[in-house]
Amino acid sequence: MAASLSIHDIDASYGAVRALDGVSLEVNTGETVALLGTNGNGKTTLMRCILGLLRPSSGRIVVTIDGVSTDLVGLPAEAIVDLGIALVPEGRRLFPRLSVEENLLLGAYRSAARASISRNLEFCYGAFPRLKERRKQPVGSMSGGEQQMVALGRAVMCAPKILLIDEPSVGLAPILVARTIEKIAELKEKLGLTVLMAEQNFHQAIRIADRGYVLVHGRVEFCGDSPAALGDSDLVRKFYLGL
Amino acid sequence: MSDAIIPALPRPAPPRRLGHAGFWLAAAAAAAILILALRGMGSEYAYFAATFVLQYVVLATAWNILGGYAGYVNFGAAAFFAAGAYTTVAVGKAFGLGLLPCIGIAAMVGGALGLGTGILTLRLRGAYFAIATLCLSVVLQTFIVNWSYVGGSRGAYILRPRDVPFGFDSYGGYLCAVVLVLAAAAIAIARSIEVSRLGLGLAALRDDEAAAEAAGVPTLRLKLIATSISGAMMAVAGAPLPYLGSYIEPTSAFGLSYAVNAIAMPLIGGTASWAGPLIGAVLLSSLQQAATVTISSAANLLIVGVVLVVFVCVAPRGIIGLFRRRR
Repeated sequence: MAASLSIHDIDASYGAVRALDGVSLEVNTGETVALLGTNGNGKTTLMRCILGLLRPSSGRIVVTIDGVSTDLVGLPAEAIVDLGIALVPEGRRLFPRLSVEENLLLGAYRSAARASISRNLEFCYGAFPRLKERRKQPVGSMSGGEQQMVALGRAVMCAPKILLIDEPSVGLAPILVARTIEKIAELKEKLGLTVLMAEQNFHQAIRIADRGYVLVHGRVEFCGDSPAALGDSDLVRKFYLGL
Repeated sequence: MSDAIIPALPRPAPPRRLGHAGFWLAAAAAAAILILALRGMGSEYAYFAATFVLQYVVLATAWNILGGYAGYVNFGAAAFFAAGAYTTVAVGKAFGLGLLPCIGIAAMVGGALGLGTGILTLRLRGAYFAIATLCLSVVLQTFIVNWSYVGGSRGAYILRPRDVPFGFDSYGGYLCAVVLVLAAAAIAIARSIEVSRLGLGLAALRDDEAAAEAAGVPTLRLKLIATSISGAMMAVAGAPLPYLGSYIEPTSAFGLSYAVNAIAMPLIGGTASWAGPLIGAVLLSSLQQAATVTISSAANLLIVGVVLVVFVCVAPRGIIGLFRRRR
């Protein structure tokens, strides 16, 4: 199962405000790539472009899944999800009045995911036993950490090959951030996923990332080929940590 | 995701609830029993009052598919309702068709109107959608007022046929039975949608439209399906109206009471379930019918207003919400 993502020279803007300026990046099969940067530098915009929620003004976003390449620009979100790309949105964006199980089932709304729905549900409950205990509970009444589990589970329910994760650490206590990051690594391992993760929490992100890009003001300012390179780089200190 | 990674597991046990077929049969049985009970009473007024209540059951149930399940508040219920009523007038006059084919055509007209409204208001959410639907009612009423073929502002008389079909004792009884069947069908349709994938998708729309889109729910298509079905059913609710009073005119067909009742009934009953609009419609319209007989029909909207205020304060999730903590 090979799934890679390659982004060529993407520009995107919200009205007159330029959010992405010639961004190019690669996520190869089986990699976990971190997209680093502080607030307002274009990480979420890039995620939205990949999933078809925002249309880039120029550039190409190509996914190659099992040897078949598709340009995602211009496709509606549901067609992109159908290809096997799932997003864990920033701030989780769950359906608060629906139960855990209904939230998970909504992850498998697309026809491609329906065939393996009961298997994926069991997998989710296996990976997150807490969710099975609380499957009838409205998600809005659960803690932040549990909600993050539901969000991850919902994304896994569509049997993705590429998982996009936007800021998994937002609104979580430090210990839960560490646990969530480990859970992402575990899911990736078990399901053979290719992962692109946007994150502000630099130290947590490079724990599980193979490589990383630093976005500053909508441009890729640095590309580190290993966690060590990211950690050592003066550029990262300068642009990102502000030291 | 390959099979080698995740071993196949047995399917989770199906939830214990009535299947689609079972519910439809139960609705049909309830309708049959009610028809027999009304025949037993055999009074023209009982027929009229029951028809009045049941048309609101259809209207409220139809409104709730878009307003309750998908969370898109439609202030234009009267437009769809009157579109159904005037379809009966126009089609009846043009082709001399009876009530049943008129109901079918009204469903098509209402569905097309719903689809059109959906396409025009795709980008509108929340209050903006509600305002747009309010406009629909005004536009359509202006159109009917200026269409002399269906009577314009003078209104149109519809004579009940002399011979009563299917061996009913009076046309009132027949009309009541037809509307009762429509009500049972509306409830069964609503319940089928509620427990289906469509219902789950609509609930996701209601909770967080952007998240639904990101999860791969085809939000656009679901919205159009919901506006079409809801529109078709609201028009069906209005189709028998000209026969009920033998006379119809735009001011009352587009009246505030239909728009307000269509919203108030599901809100009072509870919008999350098919039972909510049913309970709300039976309760409110019976109260109004009782008030019309004992006090004056002028009190009707006052009753709706008072009951609505009480429920918004005491039970914001409706009567169903009082009994059910979930959702």
